[in-house]
Amino acid sequence: MQQVNLSERTYMHPGNMSCPGCGGGIAMNLVLKALGEKTVMVIPACCWAIIAGPHPQTSLKVPILHTAFETAAVTAGGVRAGLDMRGDTQTTVVAWAGDGGTFDIGLQSLSGTAERGDNILFICYDNEAYMNTGVQRSSSTPFGTRTTTTPGAGWKKTRKKDIMEIMAAHRIPYAATANIAFPQDLVRKVEKAKKMTGGTRFIHIYATCPTGWGIASDQSVKIARLATRTNAFPLYEVERGVEYTLNESGDLPVEAYLKVQGRFKHLTESDVNEIQRDLDREVALIKKKAGL
Amino acid sequence: MRQVLEGSHAISEAVRLARVDVTAGYPITPQTHIIEAISEYCADGTMNGRFIPVESEHSSMAAVVGAASTGVRTFTATSSHGLALMHEMLHWASAARLPIVLGEVNRALGPGWNIWMDQTDSLSQRDTGWLQFYCEDGQEALDTTLMAYRLAEQVNLPVMVIIDAFFVSHTFEPIEVPDQSLVDRFLPAIVPRFAIDTKNPFALYQMAPPANYMEMRRSIDLAMDCVPEVFKTVEDEFETVFKRRYGSIETIGCEGAKIILVTTGSATSTSRIVIEELQQEGEQVGLLKLKRFRPFPTQEIRQALFNAEKVAVLDRNFCFGVGGIFAQEIRAALYGLKNSPVMFNYIAGLGGRDIPPHLIREIYTTTKKSAAPAEKSIWMGLDEELLQTCSK
Repeated sequence: MQQVNLSERTYMHPGNMSCPGCGGGIAMNLVLKALGEKTVMVIPACCWAIIAGPHPQTSLKVPILHTAFETAAVTAGGVRAGLDMRGDTQTTVVAWAGDGGTFDIGLQSLSGTAERGDNILFICYDNEAYMNTGVQRSSSTPFGTRTTTTPGAGWKKTRKKDIMEIMAAHRIPYAATANIAFPQDLVRKVEKAKKMTGGTRFIHIYATCPTGWGIASDQSVKIARLATRTNAFPLYEVERGVEYTLNESGDLPVEAYLKVQGRFKHLTESDVNEIQRDLDREVALIKKKAGL
Repeated sequence: MRQVLEGSHAISEAVRLARVDVTAGYPITPQTHIIEAISEYCADGTMNGRFIPVESEHSSMAAVVGAASTGVRTFTATSSHGLALMHEMLHWASAARLPIVLGEVNRALGPGWNIWMDQTDSLSQRDTGWLQFYCEDGQEALDTTLMAYRLAEQVNLPVMVIIDAFFVSHTFEPIEVPDQSLVDRFLPAIVPRFAIDTKNPFALYQMAPPANYMEMRRSIDLAMDCVPEVFKTVEDEFETVFKRRYGSIETIGCEGAKIILVTTGSATSTSRIVIEELQQEGEQVGLLKLKRFRPFPTQEIRQALFNAEKVAVLDRNFCFGVGGIFAQEIRAALYGLKNSPVMFNYIAGLGGRDIPPHLIREIYTTTKKSAAPAEKSIWMGLDEELLQTCSK
């Protein structure tokens, strides 16, 4: 694996409003280390609309523009156009949305932005449900998950939407998955995305949610690592929509990942086997596309 | 230079002359010609600006919110369903205190699908914190768009410049398109009150707890309170440079009139002719054109109407369960006046139906012969056979 030195500088203030063990907080810290101070964060409704702090405070050392739930990508595109008109083409404009603001309500404006090729970096920190409103299912919630709107026997029976394939289908210059448990891989991808300015770049970051997933806050990074090692969240890149590179995957059984989380504890052996078969198929598909 | 232009292009010309930096747009009839012309100007270099062809009107407003937050001059345009879809972001733009200008072409909302004239789309946005100006013709639309930037950038609130579907948007008229040098004199480059700056990072439009939300709302209203004075100054300066002015309202023969008709948009042009005829016939009738709807020109309206016996408000819009929207607002403005005039409210021209001179004459005669209105709103020209009631 390529080694990247993490910057000593940090662009987050201590004492922000994230829950203990928040994967979204770790993700922001790493991303800003990679991007540096010439960055504008556009944040729609999501956990980070709270973590960033209420008026008149801010938990970041870069400018933040808060916007409505479904508009992260296009608002960022507007900021980009404005900065360009002012002659500032160097600042990186980031749309920073949760899975709801990416997979669901934000998908239309994200698709429009990607198709236009607006020069922004869209980052989805994915905690696999609407956590800020109290753990409701999103289209990013995986098969088998209990949430407050997929409760009891009504646990989610449909699979997680494949946002990477959707973004790759736009033939954007760069789409990648990343994980807070693989910081060097994450930082390398953000640095790479920052430099590729010929269109919209997309990074899908796996971000654990102890509060919503029924895990201890000190297990956040361990479970994130298991997600990749069990192929629940393989790490790969897609350039120009067609060139696949597999960075990290694993061979641990998915049961190791599922059994340590409250959101999956109701699953039977046959449910777990079904998930395993699905993940096996998916990682095989990515490997095939990557020519492995 | 005098040119023959349609109303839509009068607005596009104003946007070009205002040196707008970023325009976002999405097609919808009858607005589309406005953004088509701007996209052409941005493409061929006539304008040094960026055109963002977004995938919805909701995104149009989001894009210009983003752009305006960097301190540049912005524009978008829409109609009807597009404006309704934008509703959430209209609130965002005003509470963000951004001087965005929006060209709005009044069009009916469906179902049934109807692309024609109706004001209910923009009037449904009256509580969004936007200034609203209803224009009578293409010249007024061009001039008002230029003034809108001066006004918006001074009070830090967004402005809607509104024209009628087809009657103005697609009607070709001789229009005085001013020289760039004169416009530059009247409308210098924007000096933003704030702008995103990586050297001075701060958060914009974030969570506002109960301890400061009310103050933010009150501040918007205090800015609204400044508009009448600022608009007057802007009009003074506009008149100095361009020799034209409009006012928040215009009164035609209201002095000593017993009955005053209140109109907006292109129905005013038709009414001017009918009122003149009636005056020549010896009728004591006047006309009040309402241009500025937000903030509402309460004082000017009281001043113009307080001596009349009757006021007839023509509404090309409707609020179900209440009545015509301009009539509601004018009634509220007159409340508390001693011997306030009797209010008649007429609904006409919805969904693009014509408002011909004979209908305005009928409104006048009905008002004259009745001591009080027969109904809270009198619908003009209905085919009674097509009506359905809820009775079983």
